[in-house]
Amino acid sequence: MSLTVTDLRVHYRTLRGEVKALDGVSFTVADGEIMGLAGESGSGKSTLGKSLIRLDGRMRHVGGTVELDGVELPVGDSAAMDRFRFSEVSVIPQYSMSALNPTRKIGKMVAELLASRGERLDPAELERRLELVGLSRDVLGRYPIELSGGMKQRVVMVVSTLLNPSLLIADEVTSALDVSSQKAVARTLLGLRDTGLVTSMIVVTHDISLVYQIADTIMVMYAGRLAEKAPADVIVTEPRHPYTRLLISSLPEVGVRQADKRLSGIPGSPPSLLDPPEGCRFRDRCPLAFDRCAEQPPFTEVAPGHSVACWKAA
Amino acid sequence: MLRLDGVSKIYRVGAFGGRELRAVSGVSFDVNPGEVVSLIGESGSGKSTLGRMVLRLTPASEGTITFDGTDVSAIRSRKAYYRQVQGVFQDPFSCYNPVFKADRVFAMIKQEYFPEMGRAEWRDRVESSLDGVRLDPGQVLGKYPHQLSGGQLQRMLIARALMLDIRLLVADEIISMLDASTRIDVLNLLGDLRARGLGILFVTHDLSLGNYVSDRTVVLRRGRIAEMGPTDRVFGNPLHPYTRTLLDSVPRLHTKWADEEPAAGQTPCPFHDRAPDTPVRSDLAEAEKEHYVACAGSGACPAAKETA
Ligand SMILES: Nc1ncnc2c1ncn2[C@@H]1O[C@H](COP(=O)(O)OP(=O)(O)O)[C@@H](O)[C@H]1O
Ligand SMILES: Nc1ncnc2c1ncn2[C@@H]1O[C@H](COP(=O)(O)OP(=O)(O)O)[C@@H](O)[C@H]1O
Ligand code: SF4
Ligand SMILES: [Mg+2]
Ligand SMILES: [Mg+2]
Repeated sequence: MSLTVTDLRVHYRTLRGEVKALDGVSFTVADGEIMGLAGESGSGKSTLGKSLIRLDGRMRHVGGTVELDGVELPVGDSAAMDRFRFSEVSVIPQYSMSALNPTRKIGKMVAELLASRGERLDPAELERRLELVGLSRDVLGRYPIELSGGMKQRVVMVVSTLLNPSLLIADEVTSALDVSSQKAVARTLLGLRDTGLVTSMIVVTHDISLVYQIADTIMVMYAGRLAEKAPADVIVTEPRHPYTRLLISSLPEVGVRQADKRLSGIPGSPPSLLDPPEGCRFRDRCPLAFDRCAEQPPFTEVAPGHSVACWKAA
Repeated sequence: MLRLDGVSKIYRVGAFGGRELRAVSGVSFDVNPGEVVSLIGESGSGKSTLGRMVLRLTPASEGTITFDGTDVSAIRSRKAYYRQVQGVFQDPFSCYNPVFKADRVFAMIKQEYFPEMGRAEWRDRVESSLDGVRLDPGQVLGKYPHQLSGGQLQRMLIARALMLDIRLLVADEIISMLDASTRIDVLNLLGDLRARGLGILFVTHDLSLGNYVSDRTVVLRRGRIAEMGPTDRVFGNPLHPYTRTLLDSVPRLHTKWADEEPAAGQTPCPFHDRAPDTPVRSDLAEAEKEHYVACAGSGACPAAKETA
């Protein structure tokens, strides 16, 4: 079992109180699994990703454990996490593409980054990796501004995986790209797993159709908790959680026209995580809500590899 | 209603503006009342530049843009033009000042266009405009931007544009920052506005969104029209290799991307290898009624004119 997260709780400290961004999350990611992580913005996807790597100053590890390849990660202790970061768990943060230092040539930046990790750069290996993602070695002599969005994103992917991490977390890496670059970047992620450079992956996205293309499983979050996790095909064709169902049915597919089939969104908005309501957090938007939903539904397995947090799905 | 005729835009770039960049070249198309025209292309293809020229935010370098037959660059009163034509852009958050309540965007329209109107009448107007974009006035008025969702903020901007009985809306990537759950509401709204007779130029890089709402589609590639026509024809029978590549890249829900890439090899050029008697309009061939397609481009067609 590659990654096991158990009852993880991470809050943000704010002036108005604690934001319960991750409120009791348990799941596993198997060796070789690419798990898509989907949900509306604000549902806690990035918080989950960051929790497995580095809590920023305002994040607090309130409870729960994370185990990677049988070793418990000290997620609450940033210094102790140093040993694992980048080599065991690596992240491509949201917006990292725009965060590349504009005054550094790509090659210099990569060398500096490795040096800061106490690793030496093997130029031949670096070139091999660039080639693998479809970039020529020339990019090393260029500045970030000279590269297209898709090229920058692939540079970041190469850099984040240089030490062959066991787990890679890719946070919204395709969101700012055009369809053709999205496809190239998504395929590159697939290639990293298929060549064994990365063992498992969590691909965070708000675009289910995109992650469906490459993911083995998809996990859907809602308001700081898990709603559903299942094989990708099952999420798309037979979702059980009412939220997943509404989410899937609100997606316009190529060929669907408003004149023929009017789709609808999900009325309402997610609750504040500062003071979330008791019970099922989807309750006030859920068309199936009934008395029992005042009590929190457990995230339970309803079929092999398929877990749902909903009283109606069990 | 809106007509672009041979419109080009040349930017001066580089040190001291020494280099020319052709962002848009010889683009011609119309937007009629009650019609959604989607403008599709990858980033850098010139979509926003076209939208900005229509909104008179930047002048065209060549060609003309006319609104009801009048050259927009000759309309002296900007205000008169903006009463009829408004734009909404990608990032709703950047249009609001976090220090002020979100509904200040309406107050600004009042100051500019309706300084005389009484409070009660104005309030009614704001409320009916919000109603038109399916927002509950009680839920959004008096709130700060951070208390509202991106979808709500975006719909408020559309409501603001509707305060001025506009006839043409330029919507530039207004959906891309929104979550799937609210995206579709904004798209449906565009469809409803069309039904009320508004003309909409819907700029997007997402083909499935363009396909869902638009009547006609213009595919832009490197500033030029690659293909345009009725949306069902462009999507149902794409003729330009670029349109096909875009379509093949769109992630779909029930089908995964095809495994092998289509074999490169020489395929017939939809323009130069057109059937005899195909009508030609400038550098577009009318392959089917109202369905136009350009040359496949250098690399794909030996007859392609190399372009700067
Ligand atoms: N630095 C922060 N301080 C306070 N709250 C935060 C911070 N970052 C995120 N949050 C809150 O935590 C919740 C989850 O956010 P995030 O993990 O970024 O969601 P997602 O990635 O799914 O959009 C949201 O309610 C968000 O407002
Ligand atoms: N103000 C400007 N000055 C110089 N070049 C510009 C300017 N605005 C856009 N461009 C260039 O024009 C081309 C088209 O850009 P744009 O219209 O923004 O495309 P799109 O909206 O399709 O992404 C790009 O190469 C872009 O870099
Ligand atoms: S537990 Fe109840 S409210 Fe929650 S999703 Fe299921 S039916 Fe809806
Ligand atoms: Mg995020
Ligand atoms: Mg643009």
